[in-house]
Amino acid sequence: MSAASHRAETRKAQALHQQRLRFADTAFRWLVAGSATVVLVAFVATAFFLVRKSWPALSHYGVLSFIDSSRWTPSTAVATVSHPNPYGVLQFVYGTVLTSVIAMLLAVPVAVGLALYITDIAPQQLRRPLAYVVDLFAAVPSVVYGFWGIFALLPVLHPIADNLSSWLGGIPVIGGVFAGPFFGPSYFAAGIVLAIMVLPIVTAICREVFAVAPVSEKEAALALGATRWEMLRMSVLKRSTAGIFGASLLGLGRAFGETIAVTMLIGNSVLSITTSIFGQGATMPSVIANEFTEATEPFHLQSLFVVGTLLLIITLIVNVLGKLVVSRISETIA
Amino acid sequence: MATLDSLGGGSGSLAPQLRRRHRRNRGMTYLLTLLMAGIGALLIWILSYVAIKGVKAINWGFITDTPPGNPDAAGGGFYNGIIGTFEIVGIATLIALPLGIGCAVYLNQYATGRIAGVLRLVTDVMLGIPTIVTGAFVYALWVVEFGFSGFAGALALALVMVPLIVRATEEMLRLVPGDLKEASLALGVTQSRTIVSVLLPTARAGIITGVMLAVARAMGETAPLLLTALGNDLFVETNPGQRMSTLSLQIFGSATGGFVNAQNRAWAGALLLIAIVLTLTIMARLIARKSAVRR
Repeated sequence: MSAASHRAETRKAQALHQQRLRFADTAFRWLVAGSATVVLVAFVATAFFLVRKSWPALSHYGVLSFIDSSRWTPSTAVATVSHPNPYGVLQFVYGTVLTSVIAMLLAVPVAVGLALYITDIAPQQLRRPLAYVVDLFAAVPSVVYGFWGIFALLPVLHPIADNLSSWLGGIPVIGGVFAGPFFGPSYFAAGIVLAIMVLPIVTAICREVFAVAPVSEKEAALALGATRWEMLRMSVLKRSTAGIFGASLLGLGRAFGETIAVTMLIGNSVLSITTSIFGQGATMPSVIANEFTEATEPFHLQSLFVVGTLLLIITLIVNVLGKLVVSRISETIA
Repeated sequence: MATLDSLGGGSGSLAPQLRRRHRRNRGMTYLLTLLMAGIGALLIWILSYVAIKGVKAINWGFITDTPPGNPDAAGGGFYNGIIGTFEIVGIATLIALPLGIGCAVYLNQYATGRIAGVLRLVTDVMLGIPTIVTGAFVYALWVVEFGFSGFAGALALALVMVPLIVRATEEMLRLVPGDLKEASLALGVTQSRTIVSVLLPTARAGIITGVMLAVARAMGETAPLLLTALGNDLFVETNPGQRMSTLSLQIFGSATGGFVNAQNRAWAGALLLIAIVLTLTIMARLIARKSAVRR
């Protein structure tokens, strides 16, 4: 074999090798692009299938009739009758919002306090472990929170709720909110367990928000003679209001969608709106969890899909808003 | 106190104010310390309550038997649910792992401009979709056609896991120093080879952590399984094409039924579930600490 032909052989082999590499490169690229596409499609399909399954009920009763009523009475549904709509969902929206608001009112101040303590007050070597401790709340499964709530929390809440309703129940206007009696399962009980469940995410985001407060400003405040608390108030808390708000929105999104613990603690009354936080009710997720596999009345299952679609829309809005607010604080957070 | 005096006013007027400010500072420090201690106590209350109730109820039969036909009867266990949990979560992981890592690699290495923005938004937004809605989606997509099954449950759990894995993997890939990638490319290594042999191994510990946390999350999920795997307490089902029970479904069913013996089994189940999930979570943290790249 001559030197020239040998060189040609080598060049050919190299070209073949190059080609193979290029092919592998392209194939890999398509592979990862494919998985990204699957994820995108899964998201779009979620919205599509929910709307599609709820469509028969929506077109039969009319979209507005669902949010016009707070009576959910599947047993009165008749396939040929479209008015009045037996599947009013307003009380589920109310239940979802009320339990979540109770949760946020309790969780946000605690989360802000914890985040401040962990980022700025705790001894340096304790900060990481303490952050883990708060994160561990997120590891406890929802069903365990519900179970614990029924047996451990309700007996403790009983005297608290009784006292609240006897102190505040008589006051006009807000008295109705605290009207007793307290039987156990209630908006209040569900709200408190929700507060515990959203605590880790709100605390984690608040920690990150506080961590990006400029050190120079903190040092400046201290150098001017501010005490640590004054420094935290002036240089950290004041500039973090937007971040705390965003963290609360993301926590709220979680609370809206939480299902099992709430289902175990809210009493599952689907018939009307109860003003008192000690009353029993249902949330959008809880009614789906309770009735989905037993939905046999006409348009019952489809109406549960209407509830699911509404829940999806509401949580998407809250989450995107929260995301926008928080990502303006810092690119890396959440 | 010379400096304070020179700030204006006598020490007589400034000192009490200063004392007040320091008292306030101390007060807030105590208050926040107390709050932290209270939250720690709450966690201990929850965990120890489940532990005590569970230890009383757990026995060998719990992990070798199925629940008795009469829920009020004593004895029996969640053997079928334990099998179901591991099988369903296992299948979910097999689906979610390649999808999640592939999506993260695409997002981090290939996607540009608008596509990257949309994809990142979608994976972030998917994190916020209530899991019961995911369950309803899989019901409409799969169960309507093929019936309730362990596989449908796995599909739902995979959808819950994917955004978690994408987020964790992408975050880790972003932390890999650019020099490493450039060095590899400069040596003539192709981009795909660089990703597989340089970027992913460097980020490995962080990715494993993220996956383990996603697995832990999936193990505890109940809501989407109610609408997909449905549960089956009659016998041990290992075929994922059939309806299956999981630990979480059995805890939910037994806890709310009102039978003391069923509740005892549920406590044992809760203890086992929490033990598995916490072990996974803590192991994930330990691995994260050994990571080559860290946040």
